[in-house]
Formats: sequence, C-alpha cells, structure tokens
Amino acid sequence: MSDFTSGFWGPFIAIVTLISVIGCGVFLKVLSTRRLAPGEKPGTTGHVWDEDLAEYHNPMPRWWMWLFYITVVFSLIYLAIFPGLGSFAGVGDWNSQGKYEKEMADADKAYGPLFDKFLKQDLKAVAADAEGKQMGERLYLTYCSQCHGSDARGAKGFPNLTDNDWLYGGDAEIIKASITNGRSGMMPPMAAAVGGGDGTNEVANYVLSLSRRPHDAQLAAAGQAKFAVCAACHGPDGKGNPALGAPNLTDEVWLYGGSEKAIIETITKGRNGQMPAQRDALSEGKIHLLAAYVYGLSAKK
Amino acid sequence: MEATYNYKVVRQFALMTVVWGIVGMLVGVLIAAQLIWPDLTYGIPWLSYGRLRPLHTNAVIFAFGGSALFATSYYVVQRTCHARLFCDKLAGFTFWGWNLVIVLAAVTLPLGFTTSKEYAELEWPIDLLIAVVWVSYAVVFFGTIMKRKTPHIYVANWFFGAFILTVALLHIVNSAAIPVEAMKSYSAYAGVQDAMIQWWYGHNAVGFFLTAGFLGMMYYFIPKQAGRPVYSYRLSVVHFWALIFTYMWAGPHHLHYTALPDWTQSLGMVFSLILLAPSWGGMVNGIMTLSGAWHKLRTDPILKFLITSLSFYGMSTFEGPMMSIKTVNALSHYTDWTVGHVHSGALGWVAMVSIGCMYYLIPRLFGRAEMHSIKLITLHFWVSTIGVVLYIASMWIAGVMQGLMWRAVNLDGTLTYTFAEVVARMYPYYMIRLLGGALFFSGMLIMAYNVIKTISGQKAVDAPIPAPAMAHA
Repeated sequence: MSDFTSGFWGPFIAIVTLISVIGCGVFLKVLSTRRLAPGEKPGTTGHVWDEDLAEYHNPMPRWWMWLFYITVVFSLIYLAIFPGLGSFAGVGDWNSQGKYEKEMADADKAYGPLFDKFLKQDLKAVAADAEGKQMGERLYLTYCSQCHGSDARGAKGFPNLTDNDWLYGGDAEIIKASITNGRSGMMPPMAAAVGGGDGTNEVANYVLSLSRRPHDAQLAAAGQAKFAVCAACHGPDGKGNPALGAPNLTDEVWLYGGSEKAIIETITKGRNGQMPAQRDALSEGKIHLLAAYVYGLSAKK
Repeated sequence: MEATYNYKVVRQFALMTVVWGIVGMLVGVLIAAQLIWPDLTYGIPWLSYGRLRPLHTNAVIFAFGGSALFATSYYVVQRTCHARLFCDKLAGFTFWGWNLVIVLAAVTLPLGFTTSKEYAELEWPIDLLIAVVWVSYAVVFFGTIMKRKTPHIYVANWFFGAFILTVALLHIVNSAAIPVEAMKSYSAYAGVQDAMIQWWYGHNAVGFFLTAGFLGMMYYFIPKQAGRPVYSYRLSVVHFWALIFTYMWAGPHHLHYTALPDWTQSLGMVFSLILLAPSWGGMVNGIMTLSGAWHKLRTDPILKFLITSLSFYGMSTFEGPMMSIKTVNALSHYTDWTVGHVHSGALGWVAMVSIGCMYYLIPRLFGRAEMHSIKLITLHFWVSTIGVVLYIASMWIAGVMQGLMWRAVNLDGTLTYTFAEVVARMYPYYMIRLLGGALFFSGMLIMAYNVIKTISGQKAVDAPIPAPAMAHA
C-alpha cells in the first residue's frame, strides 16, 4: 500500500471489493427464476427482431448458477486468508516478501554448507575437486554462458575462457576479482591520433605485421612510427599490458576480429567491452566456485 | 434512400476481414518459422521477429478482428433496429479511417516505431487517429440505436455497445502519453502504475474487443443460422452484466509475482475466477440455442464453425481463470502455454466465429442465398480445426515443459537446465505449431477463393428495410 499515503484508501478498496464480490452473488440470486415444471415448455419474451429473431424464457441452468456461487464464496474465503482487501493483510499471514525471504532462507540452509565448504578452500584446490568443478560448471552455464558461450570459447567481443590468453591475467585470484568487480575494457577512438585515414591504414598494417598476418610491408613500415601513441597501452613491442587490460597484439587471439577491416574499425571507432560486476548478483560462494571453474578451463592446458 | 439498409460499409469491412485475415496470419506463420530458423529473413532489421510480432498481433486483432466487428456490428445493428445506419458519410469515414490506421501500423511497426506497450504499440499520432475513428464508430452505432423502429434493443447490440464504449475508454486512458517528437512519446504513467494500466487495458482488450464484441456476433448469427430462438433471455441479461463488470478487475493476473502489490494481485486472481461463470454464460446460451436443431450441425458447415468456436471459447475461458490462480501462474507465466492459451481464444474462438459469420454475411451482401461452394466451407472448417488443435496442443506441451525445466534444481541448488537447453528442446513443438498455423492460414486462402467465386459477376445489393414485427408472438 506504499503508493497510497492516505489511510483512506485501505478501507476504500476493502469496501468496494466486498460490495463487488458479494454484489455478484446477490445479483445472481435476485435475477434467478423458478425451474420449469416437468413437461412445461418455455415461452418466448414476445419480442421479435429482424423478422424471426426471438428469445426463450428458459431459466438459467442450475449447474451454471452453482458454478457462479461457488466462485463468489471461494473469493470471499481467499480474501479472508490472503492480502487483498486493501490494507488488511489476511488471517493467513502470507505475503510475497515473506515468502521470498523464507524460500531464500530455506535455500541458504539447504545449500549454504556445501558452498561454505568450498569457500574455505583455495581456488586451485576447488578447481581440482570433482564436485567443485561440477558445481562450477552448472553455475557457469546458468550465469556466464549467455556471453561467453556454452563451451566457454566466447564470441566476438566476449573473450574465450579456454585458451591461455588473459586480458587481465590468468591467476585464479585475478579471475575471481574480474568476476566480482567486473571489468571495463575501453579503447578510445585513435584515428585522429594516428593521422586520420592513411595513418589508420598504416597502423593497421603494422598491427597485422606484429602477428605475422598478411600485410602491406610498405604501409606497415610507415605505421611503425605512428604506433608510438598505441604503445602507451599496448607496449612498445605490442605485447599488451594486463594491468590495463590492453590486449597482446602479437598473438593470434582477436577479440574483435583480426582482419584489416576489423582492425581499422577498432582504431577508428575504439572499443568498449563491459564485463558486469557480479558482486551484488551472486554470493561469494558462487563466485568462488565460478572463478575456480574458469581457472580450471585453461589451467589444464 | 431510407428504404434500404446501408450494406456498402458492411461489404467493405466484410471483404477486408478476409484480406487482413490473410495478411495477419501470413505474418504469424512467418514469425513462427523465425522461431525455428532465426536467420530466415537474413537479419534484415525491418523483418526481424521483434518488429514483426507486434505487426502480427495488431494485424490479426485490430485489422482482421476489427474489420469483422465493424462489418457484423453495422449489419446487426441495422437489421435488429430496422433502421438504416446513422450518417452514411461518417460510417464511410470509419472504414477509410480504420484502414488508414492499419496501413500506418504496417509501415511504422517494421520501421521500429513503438510505444512498447503490448497490443498498444502504435505511436501517438496514430493513437489520435484511432480515437477519432472510434468515437465516430460510437456515433454511428449509437445513432442507429436511437433511430430504431423496435421497442427493445436486441441482446447482440448490448454486447456491441459495451465493446465500443469500453474500447474507447481503454484506448484513451492507456495511450495517454507525452509526445517528444513526431514518432516518439513517453507514457503518462510511471513504473508499476504504468504496468497496471497497461494490463488493465490489455486484459480488457481481450475482454471487450475479443470477447464482448464477438459474443455480439454470436447472439445474432447463431440464432439466425440455426433458425431457433435464443435459449434464455434471463441468462443473457445476467451473464452480460456480470461479464462486463468482472472483466474490469481481472487485469492484475498478468502481473503475478511482480512489483505489483500483493492485494492487487489477489483481487486480479479472485475476479478472474468469478469471471468463469459469466464467460460460460455466453457459451451455454449459444450452444443451447441449437437444442432441437442439433441435426443441422451434421450438414451445415457455417453452424459447425459457429458452434466449434463456442467450444473453443468455453475451453479458453476455463483455462484463463485456472492460469490466473497464482500457483498455476507460477508455472505457466512467461512460457508458451500462454501463447497456446491466447491462440485457442484467437484462432479457435475469434477467428472461427468471424469466419462463420462472414460465410453467412458475404452472399447476402451480394444478392445470393449462399456461398459459391458449401463443400469448400466444410474443407475450410476441417483444415482450420485441425490447425488450431495442433497449435494449442503443441504449445501446451512446450509451455508445461518450459515451466518445469526452468524450475528444476540440482541437489546443490543450481539450475538443472540452462536457458539454451530449454530452447533447444522446443524445436519439435515449434515445428508442430508452424504446421498448425500454416494449416489455419491455408484455410483463409480457401475462403478467399470461395469469396471471389461468390461475388464475381454479382451486383452489390442493399436490402430493403422490412417493417418491424410488432405483434407479440
């Protein structure tokens, strides 16, 4: 009832509702007619429309009237037990907030000890534990697979979690921090900084050359000098910087595509990657199991 | 001039019922196929599922259903009042205005203009046009009632009248918005109030547009086609008032287990249960009208359509109150069960009763006693009945499966099935649904052929107005 600041509305709703429910039953009772005697034929109302449309005076079917009465009586009983009549909470002591809290408490009681057991263990130990791995996988499929894929191999813009390439580092604790606090991978648009259209083209070819992809050697040579502004994050050798989440450009792992076209688009428009923080959505026990599972995905290789 | 009924506007709407039925159901078949083959339309944004789905719902509800309602209400109100429609020009305006609304919907929805309110997606300039057309409709309808030569108002007109008045109210209140530019507005309501008003609208769109209006059709065309008086005048009075009164309360059942306060959810649920008997009143009255003439069902495919539609009506108005019970809703909500429920009403009830009425109406508007081919009506009946059954049965299975799989948990409290796994299990049922929908759609093509054969070479006929029968029978 929090939207209604006046105490008037609680009783108002209760009274209007009761009149309406009971009114349905009274209306039916008042308008009901006697049953036809055995063998008695119903007459018509005597009105005729459109040459031959008429109406019989049959009484309402008894079974139908009982159906109506039963729903009215059920409704009154329901409204006595459950919240419905304005601010009257009902004698059943039920409300959705309380039900939610009880269900959550029951779940904590039932499953809490299991999660606590793993929370006390080191991430690497959890990753090696068969049960921990199984729980982690289930949690992964529920909470992470939407972006990173059911096989955890990622998609464009969503990192592959099964290789050994890590934007922010692959230590178990760092993975846990990534899940807990999220990550914001921001590459600014760099076209102006590298000298516009031609400059972008040259830098893109230089980047291609870093991973020994097919490229135009002349353009790449021209791009090398302009790479200086990129080196601030990606390093002078292009090997990236996990402290900033700046990707290694010399390997064959491409988050947004490794074609010349895709690289030019990245330089021109920049990129924004968001891994949402799970701190408020998931318990630490779940995050712990998830971190161990994700760590285990690549650690075996 | 006043010696004949205005059949022109009835003819226009009756023929557009068939046209829009084909268009709307074709889009439905397309989006059902997209759920199986997501890349079917090559990622073209204007043909994406999210934009075509509201086009489908608007086309079948407002274009197909709306045209059927306009056609039959204009026909019934004239014939049962023994009076020509009030103001031919305004009646003509409702036809062109309503079809302009439909064309604008068919353009703006694929372009991505939407208020995002379900069944009320059209943006504010179109909403204004709808309001103008609808008020004109009310003027024509009630103007004709005022002109009537009969002392009493026939029951079908109560239902049509309630439908027209309430839809005006629902549309104007729910569409209240603050425009920011030509095709963008923000709802006048915020948060949970906005949701509640939307579903007060949404459920009563079902209750008045798709129920009361079509019950109006039923109350004229079943007694006419069966040649029998309506079963019980008393039942029609009680179920009419009870239906229009209780429907108004039932909207909150669309918002069970949401931020809507508990008391509102409870009221939505209990009034949905009370709604069961008033809804069934219409079915009882329609089916019992046939008592003494049951044999006609064997030979008359129009009656088959009308009576089968009432059976589907009875089934879905039983299912609806059951699904409004909170514990049932916890399983059914957000699943394809809801989609199946809607289609048992939309295909089984609304479309089949409309089709039956059109088969009665169209030959009479063109001076013929009956349709070109009765056999083709029978074929249409069986094709669409099998289509509906396949559709709703597959959605029941799919929906209950989804509900059970979503809530299944392992011994450690984690979910047993991922969302994608549940989606993958849906393929066979989506195939059956597509087949059911395609059957129903192909029935409309049979109808179109039959209609063309019926009216080609025929002259449009406006029947003379007979003197009302004053004598008490």
